Amino acid sequence: MYLVKVTVTYKESILDPKGEAINDALQRLGYRDVQSVELGKYFELRIAKSDRPIAEQVAEMCDRLLANVNMETYDYEITEMEAQS
Amino acid sequence: MKFAVIVFPGSNCDHDMANALRDVCHCTVDLVPATATTLAGYDAVVLPGGFSYGDYLRSGAIARLAPVMTAVKAMAAAGKPVLGVCNGFQILTEAGLLPGALRANRSSQFICQTSTLRISNPHTRFTTAYAGQATIQLPIAHGEGNYYCDEATLAELRQHHQIVFEYVDNPNGSVANIAGIMNRQGNVLGMMPHPERAVEALLGSIDGLGVFASLIAHEEESHA
Repeated sequence: MYLVKVTVTYKESILDPKGEAINDALQRLGYRDVQSVELGKYFELRIAKSDRPIAEQVAEMCDRLLANVNMETYDYEITEMEAQS
Repeated sequence: MKFAVIVFPGSNCDHDMANALRDVCHCTVDLVPATATTLAGYDAVVLPGGFSYGDYLRSGAIARLAPVMTAVKAMAAAGKPVLGVCNGFQILTEAGLLPGALRANRSSQFICQTSTLRISNPHTRFTTAYAGQATIQLPIAHGEGNYYCDEATLAELRQHHQIVFEYVDNPNGSVANIAGIMNRQGNVLGMMPHPERAVEALLGSIDGLGVFASLIAHEEESHA
C-alpha cells in the first residue's frame, strides 16, 4: 500500500483571486510580512500495490482528473505504508 | 428540430432551457438524465447551466465523466450542434470539446447582471440570426466565468474565427474579453451568458432568441 499526497496549485501565470482575498484578510489581522498567499488543493490517496509503477499512475491521475493542466500544476509525494496486520 | 437538454445532478437551468426551446421556439425537447447512454434521434444537445455535482473538484470536472458524455462527444464528432451554457461551457472545456478553462472571476465574486456582448462572429450556425446586430444584452450569473487559454491557443482561436461572443465591458477578467467560443468545426459552442434567460420581452430581453433561431434555421436549411 502507498500513501500518496498530491497538491494542486494554479500555474504562476494564473491569477488566484481567492489567495489574494486571504492575503488581504491576513494583512487586516496585522501580518504585514505576508508577501503572497496561494490557495491550492490537497488530496490524500491510498493506493494498493500493483504491477504498474506508482509514480506513473499518480501522474496520470493528476493529468486526467485531479488537476486541469490548462491552468494548474501539481506535485506529489509517495510513501510506502507497512501492510496492515 | 429535436433537442436533448442534459440534466446532471445539480443542473439548475435545464427547465429554463427547455422552456426557451419548447414553449418559445416550438421545438421538441426532452430532458435527458446524465445516466443516459445514447442520444440517438436528437438533432442537437444542450448542456445547461447549474452546479453539476456541486462543482466538486472543479466546475465541470466530474460532469465530464458522466455516462451521457460519451454520447455527447459522439454527437460533436458527428457534426451535430452541441451548446453548452455557463456550467455547460465549463463541462465542454473539461471534456476537451473546447480549448481553455474557466477560472474564478477576477473579483472573486459571483456576478449576476446583464452583460453587453459583441457578436464577434455572426457567420456561425449559432449566430446568423444576429446579422446586422453589433451588440446584444444577455444575463450572466457565474462565479467561475473567467476564461483562460494560453497565447498559442488564443492565436488559434482568432485565426479560425472561433471567438463567437466578447464582453464589451469585461466583467470577470476573461482573456481577450471572451464570453463564448466554438470548436474549429463550428458545431460546438460554449458560452457563459444565458441566452435561455432572454427569450421573452416579459423577462426583460429577447436577445437570446438569436442563438436558437440561428440553430433552427441552419437545421431547416440542411434538410431542405
